[in-house]
Amino acid sequence: MKYELWPILLTLKLAVLTTAILILIGIPLGYWLAYTKSRFRSLLETLVSMPLVLPPTVLGFYLLLFFSPGSLPGRLLESWFDLRIVFTFAGLVIGSVIFSLPFMVNPVKAGFQSLPASLSEAAYTLGKSRTETLLRVLLPNIKPSLLSAAVMTFAHTIGEFGVVLMIGGNIPGSTRVASIAIYGEVESLNYASANFYSLILLAISFSVLFALYIADKKTRIGF
Amino acid sequence: MIKARFRKKLNSAKGKMLLDVEFEIGDKEFVSFYGNSGAGKTTVLRLLSGLIVPDEGYLEVDGRVWFDSRRNIDLAPQNRRVGFVFQDHNLFPHMTVRRNVEFALKSAGESDFVDELLEMVRMRGLEHQKPSALSGGQRQRVALARALAARPRLLLLDEPFSSLDAGMRLGLQDEIALIYRKFGITTVFVSHDLPEVFRLSKRIFLLEEGKIIRSGPPEKMFIEDRLSGKFKFVGSVIEVARDSFLNILSVQVGNNIVKVLATGEEAEGIAAGDKVIIASKAFNPIVMKYREEGLS
Repeated sequence: MKYELWPILLTLKLAVLTTAILILIGIPLGYWLAYTKSRFRSLLETLVSMPLVLPPTVLGFYLLLFFSPGSLPGRLLESWFDLRIVFTFAGLVIGSVIFSLPFMVNPVKAGFQSLPASLSEAAYTLGKSRTETLLRVLLPNIKPSLLSAAVMTFAHTIGEFGVVLMIGGNIPGSTRVASIAIYGEVESLNYASANFYSLILLAISFSVLFALYIADKKTRIGF
Repeated sequence: MIKARFRKKLNSAKGKMLLDVEFEIGDKEFVSFYGNSGAGKTTVLRLLSGLIVPDEGYLEVDGRVWFDSRRNIDLAPQNRRVGFVFQDHNLFPHMTVRRNVEFALKSAGESDFVDELLEMVRMRGLEHQKPSALSGGQRQRVALARALAARPRLLLLDEPFSSLDAGMRLGLQDEIALIYRKFGITTVFVSHDLPEVFRLSKRIFLLEEGKIIRSGPPEKMFIEDRLSGKFKFVGSVIEVARDSFLNILSVQVGNNIVKVLATGEEAEGIAAGDKVIIASKAFNPIVMKYREEGLS
């Protein structure tokens, strides 16, 4: 059995993309959840945190049903955008984004909530808009939360298995990420190559987390 | 000219309270809201700045309506151009002193103005420090410079000295008096410290449980007219030492504690914590040049 690197590369590509998308979604969502008085807040908080308690297979299963070519959303995506989600890399990204959502949103939200309200009030009285206050005052002051959120999202996506398997399957070169490759190798009794992938994942996850804790010893991560 | 009328239900430490005030402030006037904590002083400032909205009310500044509950007008705090110095400085912790002040500028490139402001609050030497490296008094001075950098129409000072020791208080009071003279900005000052209010303001609103119960110039407010002594000080009694035929009152006046003799009749009903007026008709005072040693 020869060792191939592409499952690892696919995993890294998925983790980088997922983290990037979640930074874009997670900051506005975390900001909204931290400050809103809307009655939908609790509902949304519940939905965001669901992946923490739900078996990944459950989420993957419903995503599979939702996006399958037999369902309405799946059909529409395919006929309008010629986009197929199920058993494709795009599907992996969507699944991972949803599954890692709490790892991004919750620390960002907690970061915003830890800031005194007076900080944004001071900026408002100085004539700064909400957006400018967010970008120039609030975000720089929750840097540790942002960093830990991004790193945890990245590390969590690397370790993802259930959702990815359900929605992506096990297609070499397209959806067979490292965690699934390990499972496949073990099933085929190729322990040596399973060990190869496992060691690399172990090393990546360890280094990423270790770097985070060194970068900010004071940051406590709430997971 | 400011015309204000606010009504707002508040949940204070003592329970529910209705803030119900109506007042006018002249152009370039320095007024104070004085009262115990929980009287609603800070709320008045927050209402003026637009950080909170009254249940019902009206606010007009220089002929422009900032708030009118009947016509649904509510100018956002961003558009009110008020300079707010908060009780706890609220400097942006990730910016240096200079950046904090620059942040408030309306247009970039007014670095001369920033220099001037920093000079005025004596923070030029520390302009590249972060707020965490500063003392309480220095932080408040930077907060003051920052509020002024936005060129406010109205300066709101919310007990800016409350966390400072006596020496620093005096220094900052001097600076505020100086800034007021220099910029001539209409200023609303809030405090529960009588000497401070006395020293700085032209007119005082006495606030009690959400209502203005009296207003007027400081002398009229707190010193009764029948006294015509050359010296009149208002102070708070720290200790009353009663003896068989004479009493010694320790009274804090400004930063000093003075001991005064009081007859049994005078001392009757006076206890520690009371505000008293000390007046004297002596015409032979000792005058010495004041040295600012130990003051920062």
